[in-house]
Amino acid sequence: MQAFTATEGINMKIAVLSGKGGTGKTLVSVNMAAAAEQAVYIDCDVEEPNGHLFFKPEAIAQENISIKIPVVDPARCNGCRKCVDFCKFNALAHTGQKLIIFSEVCHSCGGCALLCPEKALTEKDKVVGEIRRGVSQNVRVVSGILNPGEASGIPIIKKELSYAAEGDGLTVIDCPPGSACIAMESIREADYCILVAEPTLFGVHNLGMVHELVRLFGKPYGVVLNKCLEEENPSEKYCVDQGIPILGKIPFDKEIGRLNADALILAREKEVYRDMFFSLLHRTSKEVGHEAAIDS
Amino acid sequence: MKIAVPADDRSMESNVCISFGRTPYFLIYDTETGESAFLENTAAEKHCGAGIAAAQTVVDSGAAVLLTPRCGENAAEVIQAANIKLFKTFNGSLQDNLDAYQEGKLPVLQEIHAGLHGHGGN
Ligand code: SF4
Ligand code: SF4
Repeated sequence: MQAFTATEGINMKIAVLSGKGGTGKTLVSVNMAAAAEQAVYIDCDVEEPNGHLFFKPEAIAQENISIKIPVVDPARCNGCRKCVDFCKFNALAHTGQKLIIFSEVCHSCGGCALLCPEKALTEKDKVVGEIRRGVSQNVRVVSGILNPGEASGIPIIKKELSYAAEGDGLTVIDCPPGSACIAMESIREADYCILVAEPTLFGVHNLGMVHELVRLFGKPYGVVLNKCLEEENPSEKYCVDQGIPILGKIPFDKEIGRLNADALILAREKEVYRDMFFSLLHRTSKEVGHEAAIDS
Repeated sequence: MKIAVPADDRSMESNVCISFGRTPYFLIYDTETGESAFLENTAAEKHCGAGIAAAQTVVDSGAAVLLTPRCGENAAEVIQAANIKLFKTFNGSLQDNLDAYQEGKLPVLQEIHAGLHGHGGN
């Protein structure tokens, strides 16, 4: 087997997931991207994006992301309530005097505006968040930010994913924690999913959640065990029992904790850490190749 | 005047339902005729916006007063925009709460809880 010396030719989209925040999901995503020759890092954790704190990207391009929501012209609305009955999401209510529109419940289907017989509803753009794109050495950094109070980051994530590496190249997607629809959206286009797990019983519970999600989507996946100590690791046992490949282990060590707390990228600070994430990258790439071989 | 109360079941002895949006029924009590009717809450099974749809049911019933243990902010916006007054129930039967209201013993509902945004999944 050929020994890899570079990450050229690594052409894959990896989604990094965990059942809750703080398990090392961002640590793994940021460092895998940093260890590659060239990569695109996409932060889909739009409620709490923090990948940019590590990358400190420059040359930022900012764009607003908006959705379409209906507005009512009260002079035209005759209170027929056709729109209220129609809206599957119950984003509309009529009090007898006026129509109320709950823009944060609205899913922008556009149906009510089409349907209103009085043409009282029109759509207007509402900004729900933004995307910032910048460069940090070898990594193009894409961060999505959802405005507080907005229900759904999905329109932001969809747009962010359109900035994935085209053709050749590595894309690392830092997913929102949990297994709700926003996490599903983030893994939709991924070739491979990495589940990050902590070595506790609670960690196993969280791992089980995302494990179910990736199985549901039929995505190939493997686990990275974070904060590993000498003692027994319930998450490792779970992987062995379930036959999940363990792609790598990150030790629990003071230096990692300190560098991480200082928002420094391990792979850029020390050779040993770079090697660690480099081999994780190669292990993952082999798994992806393996899957492709099975598929064909 | 009509009074609406979320109800666990279709009887005056049943308890006030602890959930406004997901209550199976609404009691609509008419103070003038003394008649009570039970409306089904079609919103109970809805995935999103159950509170808003439940509020629409209450508005459509013509109630002037809503007695409920709690109420989400979206539902409260509809209820308040329709000039329906909100009072807080205690743990007990529909009848007990109606009596307490008519004796002026129920407090105005102050705390409106933030809606459960997001779309479930966790
Ligand atoms: S369908 Fe149009 S006219 Fe009818 S209630 Fe809705 S906005 Fe008003
Ligand atoms: S656009 Fe669709 S989801 Fe939004 S209020 Fe209209 S019908 Fe409901």
